[in-house]
Amino acid sequence: MFERHKVTLLAALAAIFVVSRFSGDIGPYYYQIILFIGINIILAVSLNLVNGYTGQFSLGHAGFMSVGAYAAATFTNYASVHWLGMLKPLGSFVSVSLLFGIALGLGGLAAGLAGVLVGIPSLRLKGDYLAIVTLGFGEIIKVVIENVDALGGARGLSVYAVYTNLFWVYAAATVTIYVVLNIVHSTYGRGFVMVRDDEIAAEAMGINTTKYKVLAFSLAAFFAGIAGGLYAHLTQYINPEGFNFLKSVDIVTMVILGGMGSTWGVVFAAVILTILPEWLRWLSERPFLPHWLAPLLENRMIPYSLLLILLMLLRPQGLFGRISFKRKHA
Amino acid sequence: MIEFVQQLINGLSLGAIYALIALGYTMVYGVLRFINFAHGDVFMVGAFAGLYVAPLVMRFSNGGPSWTGMFVILIFAMMICAILGIVIEKLAYRPLRNRPRLTVLITAIGVSLFLENFGQYAFGVDPQSFPDLIGDHAIDIPAWCGPFTDLTIMVSQVLVFAVTLFLLIALRFIVTKTKLGTAMRALSVNPTATSLMGVNNDVVISFTFGLGSALAGAAGILISIQQPSIDPLMGLQPGIKAFVAAVLGGIGNIPGAAMGGLLLGVIETLVVGYSDVLHIPPGYRDAVAFFLLILILLFKPTGLLGRVEREKV
Amino acid sequence: MRITFLPILLAALALGGVSGLAQDEITVGEFASMSGGSASFGQSSHNGTALAVEEINDGGGVLGKKIDLITEDDRSMSGEPSTIVHKLISQDHVIAVLGEVASSKSLEAAPICQENHIPMISPASTNAKVTQVGDYIFRVCFIDPFQGKVMAKFALSKGWTRVALLTDVKQDYSVGLADAFQAAFTAGGGTIVKDQEYSTGDKDFRAQLTSIKAAHPNAIFIPGYYAEVALIARQARQFGIKAPLLGGDGWVGESLLKVAGHSLDGCFFSNHYSQDDPSPVIQDFVKTYQAKYGTKPDSMAALGYDSAKILADAIKRAGTTDEPALRDAIAATKDFKGVTGDITLDADRNAEKAAVILTIADGGFQFVERVAP
Repeated sequence: MFERHKVTLLAALAAIFVVSRFSGDIGPYYYQIILFIGINIILAVSLNLVNGYTGQFSLGHAGFMSVGAYAAATFTNYASVHWLGMLKPLGSFVSVSLLFGIALGLGGLAAGLAGVLVGIPSLRLKGDYLAIVTLGFGEIIKVVIENVDALGGARGLSVYAVYTNLFWVYAAATVTIYVVLNIVHSTYGRGFVMVRDDEIAAEAMGINTTKYKVLAFSLAAFFAGIAGGLYAHLTQYINPEGFNFLKSVDIVTMVILGGMGSTWGVVFAAVILTILPEWLRWLSERPFLPHWLAPLLENRMIPYSLLLILLMLLRPQGLFGRISFKRKHA
Repeated sequence: MIEFVQQLINGLSLGAIYALIALGYTMVYGVLRFINFAHGDVFMVGAFAGLYVAPLVMRFSNGGPSWTGMFVILIFAMMICAILGIVIEKLAYRPLRNRPRLTVLITAIGVSLFLENFGQYAFGVDPQSFPDLIGDHAIDIPAWCGPFTDLTIMVSQVLVFAVTLFLLIALRFIVTKTKLGTAMRALSVNPTATSLMGVNNDVVISFTFGLGSALAGAAGILISIQQPSIDPLMGLQPGIKAFVAAVLGGIGNIPGAAMGGLLLGVIETLVVGYSDVLHIPPGYRDAVAFFLLILILLFKPTGLLGRVEREKV
Repeated sequence: MRITFLPILLAALALGGVSGLAQDEITVGEFASMSGGSASFGQSSHNGTALAVEEINDGGGVLGKKIDLITEDDRSMSGEPSTIVHKLISQDHVIAVLGEVASSKSLEAAPICQENHIPMISPASTNAKVTQVGDYIFRVCFIDPFQGKVMAKFALSKGWTRVALLTDVKQDYSVGLADAFQAAFTAGGGTIVKDQEYSTGDKDFRAQLTSIKAAHPNAIFIPGYYAEVALIARQARQFGIKAPLLGGDGWVGESLLKVAGHSLDGCFFSNHYSQDDPSPVIQDFVKTYQAKYGTKPDSMAALGYDSAKILADAIKRAGTTDEPALRDAIAATKDFKGVTGDITLDADRNAEKAAVILTIADGGFQFVERVAP
């Protein structure tokens, strides 16, 4: 299944490695934005697997991101203190990479497990109900973290060090895109699309829809967890409020803008929507702007929400979507 | 013992608030099969409408509380919200009528976010104090009730309860005994057939939205009387809780929404009030609602009073 | 559309980065929550900061230059402080950063300021960890442990040995203050008879209050913010709970007394300053603030004001905006007469200053006593 484009993958990873060696020359503000773009790509592409290809509307993706973030951060905080010294002889590059890699992996696995836990009960639900239940799970995860003192609760968790850099983010993004594209073009992918198009027909054809839905959920959650781990080791501080419903809506917006069911479309949307608020921020500071307009732009949720509405009215299939949004039949 | 009874009263009072908001939710869903995410925010607009019109009305009562004044403000807020609801439907939901439900759901989220954030821009972010429209006070429980005299029940709590009950009955009447109501029920079963029977679907849908939004507006005023601090984000939490209540009772089922609301209110209150006995930190209160939601959807997805709908191929 | 859009976007971004550096201005960055859930605090602290900068500029500026205040909105969202502080430092080339009110946002931004050797002065973050990030991070408010001790000692001095706690579990300020109070209170012989919680944005506290009432406390400590405290007080009085309510500086807010009415009469809270303090520094501030914004300043506004004034004072003392001279000057702040008290920054870069205990009576706050550190 993973035979397609193996060479392209390796070439891409090598290219990213080379680029990351020169990344020190980018200003820190732009560097940060570029890293956030990468993290959002992972989030959007993984959510697209659930929302776009499998047709299950999930509104709680930020919850999986938070599970990954907290798991990775907790591991790093513990391991950096206890084990970094022991690994010193291997050189700081190797020891940090090892540590960070394990942290990310743990984050992904924890999130994937959460995905299975959420996926199983949610199976029997469709459309609106599923959306609300996933929203509910996202909120429950948030409330649990807020009440666990060991994770910092509402006061948040400081992360030991900034390990995230261009290589890690874009390597992870490339791998995510690679895995998702391969799965989608395999028999699993056919299964996903069948579940999306007509679940009853799929069952009638002998497809185990349960298996496909849970697979989609947990795989998406796994990558969201990795994105969470990368995020935590970038901002060096995480708290539950940062993974709330609004964050899930942000990711959903990227999937919708890109066009559900189009991985590259979603990548493009993630880039645009990460840059957009910075552009709006820049725009709101321009002196030629009428002064009543500035506050409306600065609160980026106002143009954002209008964008969402306009998008649904004018082009619900997004920029590159391939799902047909044809009229429903009588 | 008294503590338990008081907590029950607290729970029923909180539940009545959820029920009031849930009525509008469930009605719109019942007819249009659509979760109006923006419902909680229409509720917020109702409260602010009341805030702005109150000084005008209270001039007639010399700035003091007056029941007539309160009803005037209530009707006014309901009208404003009804118009808002109809406008939103016409602009944002109607063009998407034949699209998959997902699309409309996302649009509803967009409308909700817009109302909240524009509200922050327009009304300011700080909470504002809502005027005391009815001279709220605790009801004097006569001495012959024994230990129950110590209970605290506010006039505003009874008001919310009474109005919820009234609206419940009125809504049921409208839906079962009037022509429009019959049209609404027909629409919920099969929109195409309904229009073939000569019903103007657009009018019925507008009416449904207007009615649901008016209910939200009423909730906005009544709840602000009981909890006199309003702000643009006040609709978020009650909106979600009311939705859970509606699903609990069976979405689309009007008495179900009321029942779901009361049940949710009581459970939430007991979980918080007896947190040390139950060993559940009261901070989990918000999670309780979602937890209940998931339980219900797992074991009885049609809700407590809902009917099972078979999906035909 | 899709092909031409992206290059234009990138070009616009690039142009945006090239902002003319005004050599005759001192650029200071500020990040605050101007929208979203914490907007009322962010806007307050921003108003205070902006007023201070205006006054400084009207008086001729600092070192002969005017201060250019660049304010960025973090929308009350995590992840934003990181981005905007990077922007302020690397794009706008600020010489110092003011912010934030919420400790969680300060904790996100502090490592960035520390790494870039840009001093950061937080007006109101009370979590002890904030200044522990590094020696470029300062704050002009006292930290939780101190404020908690102040109220605990006060309660014990009044003979209230049985106190119930009602904490806002969603705010790190509230949790920190509650923990500090509990530690000092129990160490002094008091008992916490009930520990209840609520969340920011809640409007109904009847469940918690009924549970608290059944425990018969002498007093209730509510270390939360004014929006909820006002409603809690109202509902507590409706229940016939007569015990006095105690709190912290989060109580100070324009809507507190408007919503609470008389339910807070006879209650006590700790604050940085008293609006009735006859000292001219405070009275002038209250008057000017009210004239400009139409409301009386709350504690966030007063702290925002002081943070900007202390920065300006330090620039003057240092005679330059270069590092580490400016950092050292800020660290050496001693007996600065701010509106929130006489401020000295201690070795941990926290503000050492007295707290005042205020009570509510006759529709306003009244001074009770001053507690030195």
